Amino acid sequence: MKKIYYIFYKDFSSELRMRFAINALIMFVIVAVSTILFSLGSENAPQNVYAGMFWVVVFFSAMSGLSRTFVSEEERGTSLILSLIANPISIFLGKFLFNLVLIFFINSIITMLYMFLFQEFLIKNWMSFLLAFLLGNFGIAASSTIIAAIISKANVKGTLYPVLAFPVLLPLILMLIEITKSAMEGNPINDVEAEFLVLVSYDVIMITASILVFDIIWRD
Amino acid sequence: MNKIDLIVTNLKKTFNRRLVFDGLNFEIKSGEKLIITGKNGSGKSTLMKILAGVLTESAGFFQYILNDKKVDRENIYQIVGLVSPYLVLYDEFTAFENLKLFARIRNIKMSDEEINQILKKVGLFDRRNDLVRTYSSGMKQRIKYASAILHNPLVLLLDEPTSNLDLDGKNFVDELVEDFRSDGIVLVATNESQDFKYGQNIINLDNFHNIQVK
Repeated sequence: MKKIYYIFYKDFSSELRMRFAINALIMFVIVAVSTILFSLGSENAPQNVYAGMFWVVVFFSAMSGLSRTFVSEEERGTSLILSLIANPISIFLGKFLFNLVLIFFINSIITMLYMFLFQEFLIKNWMSFLLAFLLGNFGIAASSTIIAAIISKANVKGTLYPVLAFPVLLPLILMLIEITKSAMEGNPINDVEAEFLVLVSYDVIMITASILVFDIIWRD
Repeated sequence: MNKIDLIVTNLKKTFNRRLVFDGLNFEIKSGEKLIITGKNGSGKSTLMKILAGVLTESAGFFQYILNDKKVDRENIYQIVGLVSPYLVLYDEFTAFENLKLFARIRNIKMSDEEINQILKKVGLFDRRNDLVRTYSSGMKQRIKYASAILHNPLVLLLDEPTSNLDLDGKNFVDELVEDFRSDGIVLVATNESQDFKYGQNIINLDNFHNIQVK
């Protein structure tokens, strides 16, 4: 556990000094939310549109920032020293923890911006929304981390990331949109029980599969 | 006193269709030092990376036997220290911060004084609080040595050990190899004839050299 924490700590300290991901993420969120705000103008879109747009912004902000954790190691050539000081599982879990904290931070900003700027983005069942937020962030961080590890070894890093991430994240995003829509309508949590089960399964599968394959990805 | 053996059996490495080396066999025991030489592109650095456990072999196998027990692949990092030209440390941190971080990630309890001792040993104590990005290439080579010996490894892998080093630095490498723990093993990959003094035996990778796979 200590190794995982210190790999996270290394990335966190590095991020504070270098700002690899956080600046890009914050700028992306501001631009995306502003574009939606200006394009809607004074029109009132249906609630389910806001639920969809919320997770679309989350998806693309994950695309723009979460790959940096591995890509920056490869680009700067520091992945070798990392391989020499820790075992692959600790490296993956440390990076996953960093991405998890980052996605929680950035998604909290997106949520606050949505609530402040869009009157129609009104959550009536907070329990349902927060649970989806928790499980969703976990799933996004897990899948983004392993995809980042894969693309960091490729020559065309930038374009490959959304291409690989889209089919992997699509089922997760669809479930999250359904749950958010239900939470905005104030439906009880039981109504979206099936979606929550899919979310939990997705998270467990992603983290288990990632741990199993990471060693092979990382060594070559 | 530990006992460590490195056994390399029919080791082969290819990159796509290009064969780097094949049929590589050797064995090295505690206290022994081995020189790996060969032309540019003969696979010296590739072999070093494989033996450090950071690159997979294409066929054959190698194993470290520590006190008659095989070391698992995922634990090789605990017994190996590597110095090479392609090793890059975190240049947004100082030398001290790098070493402190590595000790913590390795789960080694080291006081600041112990880290300072290592920095003194490699001649970087006076610049310990400067960012690594401000270092010269020779100083970067020295910090690589500090990171390689931080955990007192049983296996020291040196790829082009004296590159970028001044006379003082070369003397430090001479002392390091000469005084390296008597139960450990040292492998030196080099083309410099003056580095051949570091080992008792020499393997020339040109004998296992590049054949284009048809």
